Amino acid sequence: MAYSKKVMDHFANPRNVGKMDNADGVGEVGNAKCGDIMKVYLKVDDDIITDVKFNTFGCASAIATSSIATEMIKGKNLQEALSLSNKAVVDALDGLPPSKVHCSVLAEEAVKAAISDYYIRNNIAHDSELFKCTGCCNSCDNL
Amino acid sequence: MQRIYVDNAATTAISPEVLEAMMPFMQEVYGNPSSIHSFGQEASAALEKARLEIAEILGAKSKEIYFTSGGSESDNWAINAALSIGAKRGKKHIVSSKIEHHAVLHVLKRLEKEGYEVTYLDVNGNGIVKLEDLKSAIREDTALVTIMYANNEIGSIQPITEIGALCREKGVLFHTDAVQAVGNLPVNVVEDNIDFLSLSAHKFHGPKGVGVLYCRTGLALRGLIIGGAQERGRRAGTENVAAIVGMSAALKQAKDNMQANNIALKKMQAKLIDELLKIPRSRLNGDPIKRLPGNISFCFEGIEGEALLLSLDMVGIAASSGSACTSGSLDPSHVLLAIGLPHEIAHGSLRLSLSNFNTMEEMEYIIENLKIIVKRLRDMSPVWEKLEKEANTNGLQ
Ligand SMILES: Cc1ncc(COP(=O)(O)O)c(C=O)c1O
Repeated sequence: MAYSKKVMDHFANPRNVGKMDNADGVGEVGNAKCGDIMKVYLKVDDDIITDVKFNTFGCASAIATSSIATEMIKGKNLQEALSLSNKAVVDALDGLPPSKVHCSVLAEEAVKAAISDYYIRNNIAHDSELFKCTGCCNSCDNL
Repeated sequence: MQRIYVDNAATTAISPEVLEAMMPFMQEVYGNPSSIHSFGQEASAALEKARLEIAEILGAKSKEIYFTSGGSESDNWAINAALSIGAKRGKKHIVSSKIEHHAVLHVLKRLEKEGYEVTYLDVNGNGIVKLEDLKSAIREDTALVTIMYANNEIGSIQPITEIGALCREKGVLFHTDAVQAVGNLPVNVVEDNIDFLSLSAHKFHGPKGVGVLYCRTGLALRGLIIGGAQERGRRAGTENVAAIVGMSAALKQAKDNMQANNIALKKMQAKLIDELLKIPRSRLNGDPIKRLPGNISFCFEGIEGEALLLSLDMVGIAASSGSACTSGSLDPSHVLLAIGLPHEIAHGSLRLSLSNFNTMEEMEYIIENLKIIVKRLRDMSPVWEKLEKEANTNGLQ
């Protein structure tokens, strides 16, 4: 199993890594039992994601997918961020080994979970269908 | 950048002396050992010399040594051969442990599908089989007990002498996968009442793709490869003479230097263990005393093993892990689960396995870098954040 240069770069030098004290939305997905947990923090200003941070427990590809996903949504409006797909994450990393594709799904779900949290906190009506879990990470079991 | 190899349980470097012993058999002595001309006879003499040397080191006889392609083949062969002996008396039961190498475990899984019944003994928290459990597991119809000498992941050494004695007393055949033990520990098939033993040269500075199956005289060893008369008609195919000579040289070197190597290895091992235990929420896996001299197996809570391995690789350190991500399956290693670790802790495992080619300076470098890497990964881990929070609230109460 070999990772692309892009994956190794984002693993070695993750972008936007860290926590956020006054986040407007926080999403956490994954399950320590399975070996990956991602937590995404958003700062939202006038529908725009002005800042984003992440924390991840997991393998190199889990760290790399969360890193690039935060990069891809920073500065975007919420609608754009919601359209981030796991496939886009995989492509942006120049591919992932098949056994690691679930990490990109987790990254997509972490972003959506953070946006959903923002909507709920601010009583903003939203289509909950969009935030349906794929069941990939089992994090629902923890709720 | 400095490069440090501490994955010697996976494989070792061929020692210069071993390479030197092998070289003549690459070009000069190339005859087929089965040929009657001088070319063949030179090769045959080298083969039989190697067989005798290996036999003597194990406390065995020449004719009890069968050359194979390595540990996996020897394990497969031994198990199937023992069962075909038992089959004559309708024996369909096998006793093994939960921490065997896949070369044993997966063979047993297949045998279960074919109608055999297998009892997998639990191990204690240090990864050691309990003799009472073995005693009560052995039945009238038990054809074989197969228990590894020392574990490849956590280094725990089983009470082989006691197990061998018990099996002999009960009249049950005993196979041991001694792949990690031979070269590191003094192994004697007679003293330990071993009926079948597997070993592999590349674990003790010999070449890859060559090993031994020891089979005690008096046991009908069912042939593995049908064809020519090599290996007393039990395993056909022209022998890999250079590799076999290398294996014998490596084993001799390991035996001659065992005491000195053990002292040096244990010193480095103790240094690593002492220092790594200073990392908060770290744990040593396996038995602190009954363990292979070069094995250091740890878990670091709040981080994942593959990320740890790749981070170590980036600073030139080659190690291994039993995390799910490195095993290519969804579950962490069966060995770590068998010693009672929860999944989330087993994911953060690291194995460092030393050889006598490692140095104390290398240990310093590993310790320094590992501490930095564990901290870096924990700083970005939501699991670690939670653990810290829990610790803080508990501390306040
Ligand atoms: C305990 C044990 N058994 C069997 C094997 C398989 O040996 P080989 O690689 O020579 O087939 C190994 C090594 O991977 C091992 O550590």
